[in-house]
Amino acid sequence: MRRKWFYLALLALALSALVLAQGRYQIGTPLNEKEVQEWNIRPSILANGVGLPPGQGTVDEGAQVYATHCASCHGTTGEGGAFTRLVSEPFPITKEVDAVDFAIGNYWQYATTLFDYTRRAMPFATPGTLSDNEVYAVVAYILYQNGVIDESEPMNAKTLPKVQMPARALLELDPTTQKRFPWLKLP
Amino acid sequence: MNRRKLLQLLSKGAAAGAFVKLSGGLAQSKIPPSATDTLKVLGTTLREYGERSEFEKDVIRYISPNLRSRHTGADFTPLEKLEGVITPSSLHFERHHGGVPNVNPADYRLVIHGMVERPLMFTLQDLKRFPSVTRTYFIECAGNGQNGYRNPPDMTLTATRSRGLVSNSSWTGVPLSILLKEAGIKEGARWLIPEGQDAAAYIRSLPLEKALEDVLVAYAQNGEAIRPEQGYPVRLVVPGWEGSIQVKWLRRIQVTDTPVMSKDETSEYTDVMADGKIWAFTWVMDPESIITYPSGLQQIGRGFHEMRGLAWSGHGRIRRVEVSLDGGRSWKRASLEPATDPLSVVRFKYNWVWDGRETVIMSRAWDEKGNTQPTQEEFFAKWARNNRYHYNAIQAWRIGADGKVINGDKTLAGAPAQLGAVGRGGCGGES
Repeated sequence: MRRKWFYLALLALALSALVLAQGRYQIGTPLNEKEVQEWNIRPSILANGVGLPPGQGTVDEGAQVYATHCASCHGTTGEGGAFTRLVSEPFPITKEVDAVDFAIGNYWQYATTLFDYTRRAMPFATPGTLSDNEVYAVVAYILYQNGVIDESEPMNAKTLPKVQMPARALLELDPTTQKRFPWLKLP
Repeated sequence: MNRRKLLQLLSKGAAAGAFVKLSGGLAQSKIPPSATDTLKVLGTTLREYGERSEFEKDVIRYISPNLRSRHTGADFTPLEKLEGVITPSSLHFERHHGGVPNVNPADYRLVIHGMVERPLMFTLQDLKRFPSVTRTYFIECAGNGQNGYRNPPDMTLTATRSRGLVSNSSWTGVPLSILLKEAGIKEGARWLIPEGQDAAAYIRSLPLEKALEDVLVAYAQNGEAIRPEQGYPVRLVVPGWEGSIQVKWLRRIQVTDTPVMSKDETSEYTDVMADGKIWAFTWVMDPESIITYPSGLQQIGRGFHEMRGLAWSGHGRIRRVEVSLDGGRSWKRASLEPATDPLSVVRFKYNWVWDGRETVIMSRAWDEKGNTQPTQEEFFAKWARNNRYHYNAIQAWRIGADGKVINGDKTLAGAPAQLGAVGRGGCGGES
């Protein structure tokens, strides 16, 4: 009996040694790629465009989407209402501009952010209800309203990452952050 | 007056003063009449979950009446009404981008995927099985101090509205480094993109190096489950960094080689500098301090006061706090209560006898790296006046000859007449 306990204890020790040798605790459920995507219902859009879905939208289509889903909070043409302004001057901002007038065309530095945020968090009370095409369209409309793209330019996975935002020229890395993470570069 | 008349008076409930006068100079009792009542009756019964005294109901978070929505925005910890350093969980400041989600812990899952050897999913029970760490850390919104920004200064400012977007808790959780090791980080990975389970599906970019250093995947706050407003059931705690990167209701961590440049690290939580540039990834919270007693809208009398306040820094331990009793001309060293952890709030104190003369008091803190707080002028020499974040200039309180305490900040020369308008732009303002 005593010997049995001894061997059991030895086995337990060997097992924990094995786990610790791997540096892992063997806790958690492995997922395959399909299962990951099932959970990833608000995929992140990286600044280089990775993550952008198929589909596209035009400024004209976007005007419709905007009028239906966005205008009640952000104003008829993005000038702001109950909530944030989306269109404001000057392009880009200066240090004299009141922060309440920081908007997409004059402050946002990456066009991809607009797609990511709109699809992930808008409309405010019903997030996730717009189709990818509708998101592309409303992104096109807002960029057009801000004077960033032409009326004829549809937005899709190819065109959106190439859109240059005026405020990107102002963006720099915090020097304290740069010192600590010398490898860090802004996209 | 005869005895009979006296009895009549008493039966009519005449003022105690009359009684004292009539009964030959007996002084009114110094003890409040009902102060001994609880000795004579049974108290309330045992209860399963405690509540504070009914007499403390005015100690509440400050919610601005000007907010456009209570589903987004922030409310403030009532700093001057609290003691010690731990913020009661119910009074921890709030900042949400799409309301507080109601997450059922039975359905809770955290998935780590992207540049990993083994994408993994954890339940809440899984997370609690890992080795745990408990540390006291402050969490501060980068917009804290925005109400202290205004020019001319806001004369109704309180310590709460000046710096109440900071709170300090004991956090328990599993180090994120353990979970990442479990999943196996692939060569070339540099970034994590944590995502929240709220209606905003809030995301940020966090360098892998910081995650391996001291970031916690926390499930407990001050000994019990994290409050819903603070991320129930699981949030990130990123010690010393701005609150907005400490993603609440954590549901997903994507491991990548580039940052996402999400809305909340580009259009918000970026700093406009005095040269007109915009700084990104201003993560570390610079040192701050605030005198909580005496502070704005309080009233004091002559005599002894223990001046009290709070200090903290994202760069490391607070080493020294000084107070000035003469508007910044001279400074005296305050005593510090010992802090348990380096990135915790510390309580400072200074014994002081007020002589009744009008004066301006202030505090400034130094951390172990030698960082200290700027004056307002120094702050605005570096940051633009329309910047919304990281305001950590010295806060002054003016004590009038009548003992009333008000904002003691100066009107800045050359600033826009209505600088307060910037308050509308970010989380630290009130509308």
